[in-house]
Amino acid sequence: MNYLIDRRLNGRNKSAVNRERFIRRYKDHIRRSVKGMIAERSITDMAKGGDVKVPAKDISEPGFRYGTGGDWEFVHPGNKEFVRGDKIPRPEGGGGGSGGGEAGSGEAVDDFVFTLSREEFLSIFFEDLELPNLMRTAIAEAEGKKLVRAGYVKEGTPANLSVSRTMKTALARRIALGGPLKDELEVARQALAAATRAGEPRARIAALESHVLELEGRLERLPFLDDVDLRYRHRTTVPRPAARAVMFCLMDVSASMDERKKDLAKRFFTLLYLFLTRKYERVELVFIRHTDEAQEVDEDTFFYDTQSGGTVVYSALELMHQICEARYHRSEWNIYAAQASDGDAFGADPAKSARFLRENLLPLTRYFAYIECPDENQSGNSSLWVEYEEVKGSDLNFAMRRVSQPQEIYPVFRDLFRKEKV
Amino acid sequence: MSPLPHGPEWEFELLQRYDEAIAQTAGEFQLDTYPNQIEIINSEQMLDAYASAGLPLGYPHWSYGKAFIRHEQAYRRGYQGLAYEIVINSNPCIAYLMEENSLMMQALVIAHASYGHNSFFKGNYLFKQFTQADAILDYLVFARRYVMECEQRYGVADVEEVIDSCHALMEYGVDRYKRPQPLSAKEKEARRNEIEEHQRRQFNDLWRTLPQAAPSSTTASTSVFPEEPEENILYFVEKHSPRLAPWQRELVRIVRKLSQYFYPQTQTKVMNEGWATFWHYTLVNRLYEKKLVDDAFMLEFLHNHTNVVTQRGFDQEGYRGVNPYALGFAMMQDVRRICEDPTEEDAAWFPELVDTEWRKSLDFAMRNFKDESFIAQYLSPRLIREMRLFVVADHVGKAELEVDCIHDEQGYKRVRRMLADQYKRDNLLPDIQVARYERDGDRSLTLRNQLFRGRPLAEDQANEVLRHLGRLWGFPVRLEAVDAEGRIDGYREWRP
Repeated sequence: MNYLIDRRLNGRNKSAVNRERFIRRYKDHIRRSVKGMIAERSITDMAKGGDVKVPAKDISEPGFRYGTGGDWEFVHPGNKEFVRGDKIPRPEGGGGGSGGGEAGSGEAVDDFVFTLSREEFLSIFFEDLELPNLMRTAIAEAEGKKLVRAGYVKEGTPANLSVSRTMKTALARRIALGGPLKDELEVARQALAAATRAGEPRARIAALESHVLELEGRLERLPFLDDVDLRYRHRTTVPRPAARAVMFCLMDVSASMDERKKDLAKRFFTLLYLFLTRKYERVELVFIRHTDEAQEVDEDTFFYDTQSGGTVVYSALELMHQICEARYHRSEWNIYAAQASDGDAFGADPAKSARFLRENLLPLTRYFAYIECPDENQSGNSSLWVEYEEVKGSDLNFAMRRVSQPQEIYPVFRDLFRKEKV
Repeated sequence: MSPLPHGPEWEFELLQRYDEAIAQTAGEFQLDTYPNQIEIINSEQMLDAYASAGLPLGYPHWSYGKAFIRHEQAYRRGYQGLAYEIVINSNPCIAYLMEENSLMMQALVIAHASYGHNSFFKGNYLFKQFTQADAILDYLVFARRYVMECEQRYGVADVEEVIDSCHALMEYGVDRYKRPQPLSAKEKEARRNEIEEHQRRQFNDLWRTLPQAAPSSTTASTSVFPEEPEENILYFVEKHSPRLAPWQRELVRIVRKLSQYFYPQTQTKVMNEGWATFWHYTLVNRLYEKKLVDDAFMLEFLHNHTNVVTQRGFDQEGYRGVNPYALGFAMMQDVRRICEDPTEEDAAWFPELVDTEWRKSLDFAMRNFKDESFIAQYLSPRLIREMRLFVVADHVGKAELEVDCIHDEQGYKRVRRMLADQYKRDNLLPDIQVARYERDGDRSLTLRNQLFRGRPLAEDQANEVLRHLGRLWGFPVRLEAVDAEGRIDGYREWRP
């Protein structure tokens, strides 16, 4: 008997576990490759897989094999010209013949190159990083709903019928209704028997007989299963908690923020965003740009539209606060903010901003990160930096760094979100 | 029987009809097979199967991940196509067919795998003696579960270490002459549990406190242990390693059993493929004779068949040694030809084949030979001429390679002998056996490498393997090379 089976629907990723083992084993190599990739890639295609090279030497599985040397004969097909005793110069590289027994030693020389998937790449990229105070608190407008058992009900679809429960109620009903009847029947039968023995009048016996018959009939008519017995399993939906986050990108777009600084800021935002998308099922982005007044804009405008004007940091912070109040309540959202600026701020603005940040924003946010992209020739601290430094001293969920080169982004990033040691 | 429909796309119903037709035709030739289980899989599943050496399930190990990545890479980039089928030596005989195959390919592959390979698995003496088709799937399940249990108990890293070391010695986990014990997963597990339970019950902490007896100096025996050299290194390690914990021994055993399971396949590649190719060719031709398939089907079939049995010459591009499909198929066809239509030369070379029924003679060959002996017995001068085989000798101390013999009267026997030798295990694997175990001394293990025609070991790898063996053994291990006269020629050692 032959069987024909369609296996295509079976699981296909049977080797996933082995692949993962392999990656774990060669983590060091892979991590080195990933570092190289980060250095040479532009941020827009950071979230992709990439090729990793592992030297063949490190990856070989050894076994006892013949080396070169000794006497060999090889049989080959396709002889056209040779006769016995012909001499053939040895091929370059000395050893062995041209094929046959030597097969296999050739392929081992190549390095082992393989492709990391996007997920594997990112997981290595983000390794050891953890945002502080990361707790998935927000329970709100759930992404999905979950069905949970909630007892039994009398109405429902046949598919939900609980047989055992139904039989139980049916049994109870039969006992409840049938018990007294049975007793009565027993009494009636005895009376009939007694009357028959005593030879009572025929009419009396007939009456008793009909009574017995009636009782038997009633007992008979008691249904085994009645509509009222039916019980259905009940389920209710409960919202499934879904953690979600909003990320505010704040950037100074005044004239002093040139392309280079914007580029740095963008990389910084992208990295934070990538990280958040790994931690939260949903991440919303809010872009706030400011000169001397703040505006909420879309991503393209944020990065590529130029504007001129002064610098009032306070306006952006205030706008962020308003948006939080209006749309992202802290009980439902994990709020993150990343601010980029060249640190130029004037007059009372830095102090005012710092105070506003400390008193109004930091209590709302899970994390507030500030990077400053100073001018290349700038020395000394900017006024905003000085004020923010005081905030930093008092708050754990605030971090600030100076970045002037693209290569510094990644280390800063690691530093910012270094896993908290417990 | 009405003609079978033909088109590019297959359907299950059609496959069923083709399978029935092929089964009936195979019956005409009295092919003896296990029941068939034909499964359709997709390319990803085929890659999975590749990674686990064709087995439907295996224990987790990084090397399988590596194989998977390598094949996947090559396939995705188009360097390598995937096999049309994979067939497993089990009862029922499982054949995996790729869904991408056309209807004709599916028919070809069913004839090839489910009737060709299948009957070979059932009939060939090596498979009969060394594998239990009924038990292999159960054993694989057991092995997988056991390895995973160990990983939970002792940690992935520790288990991986043992398996790494076993894999390095995998080729030396084979009994070539002793038949292995039948494996029964259930019995094994029961036995293992029993031993553990016994140890648990017998445990008494007091034994630990007993004073040690003074080591007696008189027991030191002069006899060498083991008395005879042991070729199955993994077996020796499993039974005698001074350091291994019971679960580690069981892991060694699992690797050894799998190695043993694959042993017949390594020894019968030419025959196995030749036999299967011969039968898909014969069966499909028979279908055509019976007018069950049409000309279009046959043309497509012949195109594919020819691709499979192409033998490139040594100087042609893409030459990768002798193609086992080509050689095997040609030899099988040749045996049939000699039986049916012998020439004078054939009559001189193969008197026992002439005028016999080809079915019976071929069946006898399939059952009682392996590659080496099959070639030595059946390679005909005519085929040597057709393939234009010649032998190149590469000898130490000679400045040039020399053509040893070609397809001429003086050369036939020698070419045949040389080709047969090429499939000998000794020609592929160095001869290394366990020579001594100093039970009463430093507990060191000595392996002996009997040098074969002066061929040395590959140095780096040998040291690497020795390190692995040392890890399993736990005490010093040595490897001595011995030349034909018994003189020790080389010596290396690994100490923990």
